[in-house]
Amino acid sequence: MIRSWLQAFRPALLVLFVLAIAAPAMAQTDLSGWWARQSQNDNGYANEPVDLIGIPVSADGRAKALSYNIASLSATERQCQMYPPWYITYGPFPLQIIAEQDPITQKLVAYRIVGWGDRGEQMVWMDGRPHPSPNAPHTHGGFSTGTWEGTSLKVVTTHFKMGDMKRHRAFSSDRATMTWTLTRHDDIITVTGILEDPVYLAEPFVLTEIFQSSSATNGFPLTPCEPIEELPMLHENPALVPHYLPGKNPFMNEMTQKKGIPLEAVLGGPETIYPEYRKKLKDTYKAPEKCVDSCGGPPAPRGGGPGPAGRGAAPPAGRGAPPPAAGRGAPSPQ
Amino acid sequence: MRARTLFAIALVAAVVPLQAQRGGGPPAGPAKTVAPIDLTGYWVSIVSMDWRWRMVTPAKGDYAGVPMNAASKTVADAWDPAKDEASGEQCKSYGAPAIMSVPGRLHITWQDDTTLKIETDAGQQTRLLQFGPVPPVKPPPSWQGMSAAQWQMSSPGLPLMLRPQDRAADAPLPPPVRGGTLKVTTTNLRAGYLRKNGVPYSADAVLTEYYDLTKNGNDTLLTVTTIVDDPTYLRTRRLIAYPFKKEANGDKWDPTPCSARW
Repeated sequence: MIRSWLQAFRPALLVLFVLAIAAPAMAQTDLSGWWARQSQNDNGYANEPVDLIGIPVSADGRAKALSYNIASLSATERQCQMYPPWYITYGPFPLQIIAEQDPITQKLVAYRIVGWGDRGEQMVWMDGRPHPSPNAPHTHGGFSTGTWEGTSLKVVTTHFKMGDMKRHRAFSSDRATMTWTLTRHDDIITVTGILEDPVYLAEPFVLTEIFQSSSATNGFPLTPCEPIEELPMLHENPALVPHYLPGKNPFMNEMTQKKGIPLEAVLGGPETIYPEYRKKLKDTYKAPEKCVDSCGGPPAPRGGGPGPAGRGAAPPAGRGAPPPAAGRGAPSPQ
Repeated sequence: MRARTLFAIALVAAVVPLQAQRGGGPPAGPAKTVAPIDLTGYWVSIVSMDWRWRMVTPAKGDYAGVPMNAASKTVADAWDPAKDEASGEQCKSYGAPAIMSVPGRLHITWQDDTTLKIETDAGQQTRLLQFGPVPPVKPPPSWQGMSAAQWQMSSPGLPLMLRPQDRAADAPLPPPVRGGTLKVTTTNLRAGYLRKNGVPYSADAVLTEYYDLTKNGNDTLLTVTTIVDDPTYLRTRRLIAYPFKKEANGDKWDPTPCSARW
């Protein structure tokens, strides 16, 4: 009986099915949970110390980046320097988002973005509270407020400290602000981040990142940091600040030599991030004949030892590099 | 037959308004009329991410960041742009799964009430995003495939646990801004490249995309989230999102043909 009814009205049911999938749907917006990072590759595969590719740095931002010497991280006052909120879009860390509900009304007071490794915790206040005065102290996590806009959560973050815009390579000032949207699409969240910095950026720096729902827990929790003596020279001479003078950065040409990228592009700037620049490169860029370093590719077969030189190799470790955790929730270099 | 047709019409007439009314749900009407966001206009790529795999042709063998499998590597290792040129396949890296990564401009317009058209100046490609029923006859596979589009609206009333808490001392919170997302599913693809240097996707690949807008001061940004499912060549699905910035007009629109090398 049911079968004959289904056969008789199959065309009608097909039409209904097509309409069901074509009609507008209501989007889910809850963001709580564990989310593993999935998307862009720049930070994980950044090997050369001078690499501002794709960043619309200002002249001051470029000068700041070229003066940076990684030994400065060993100075006592910098050892516990943490990554700024911008690192949500650029860093290797997964996300853990917790909804903080009012215990009486059950309404949303804030989203708490749990700290990870050396990225501070962030509270995204949803209750309409204002941002503090411009003169209020800045913290590692900054001060964030959120509002729902369409299917997205729009967050504005201010009052965060100077920090890495790109790991050990480019830096934002303490006057920077960040506007970012989190949009849930089924089992992923897309984050669009916009960093504005009147000091070190010539125009807003826009980055996107994707996080996938994950059942893994925090494999690299935020931990207390205690400064120790790392480099004797810094303790023998506390006034020493490791740096490079203008024009003296010894790594300036490394990316050009290894990857054929023109120095002008390596040093970033707004003119290098739009399609017109690609046309400018067309007649001058010469790709290396073959990739030899950090080339990705499928993992080496089990028990077969390392693959061909450089293939499948993980990006080198370092501060802020993916920790040696396993499972879906582990930060991915992808 | 006539009874079945009448039944189908009656069913549609009964169900669509019901769906529209459910919880004050999505409005009924042609896709163009009910669009929760306006995607039309000229958009320019912001190449702030994956620059060295997009702005220049990466070196042969540079597969960083793509979850490729062994079969994919075999194909990519044999990449030969001269061969693609000889076979008239210069557009292999401009197919739907890759086109949003190509630095260039998009021109988005409504072709009709149910079809959103995306043209690209880089590679001169045209994508047709079809709302509603798909054509009964499948055309031959193509670089841009067949795209089924669907609006995803923001909820008119947020669930209690997502409603922001009012602070007693302050003015009530403004109501949430309405909006939405465009979801697009693309199939019937001609096999091509995810990257210019020959990283392949197969004809069985399925591309899922989400189009979202963000306002920031005077700028409007478009983020296109792309998910490529391709069991033939990918170990896991490939997820990546590309930002675009809205431009006032088409003054910088610069059509250029596909290139197998650049």
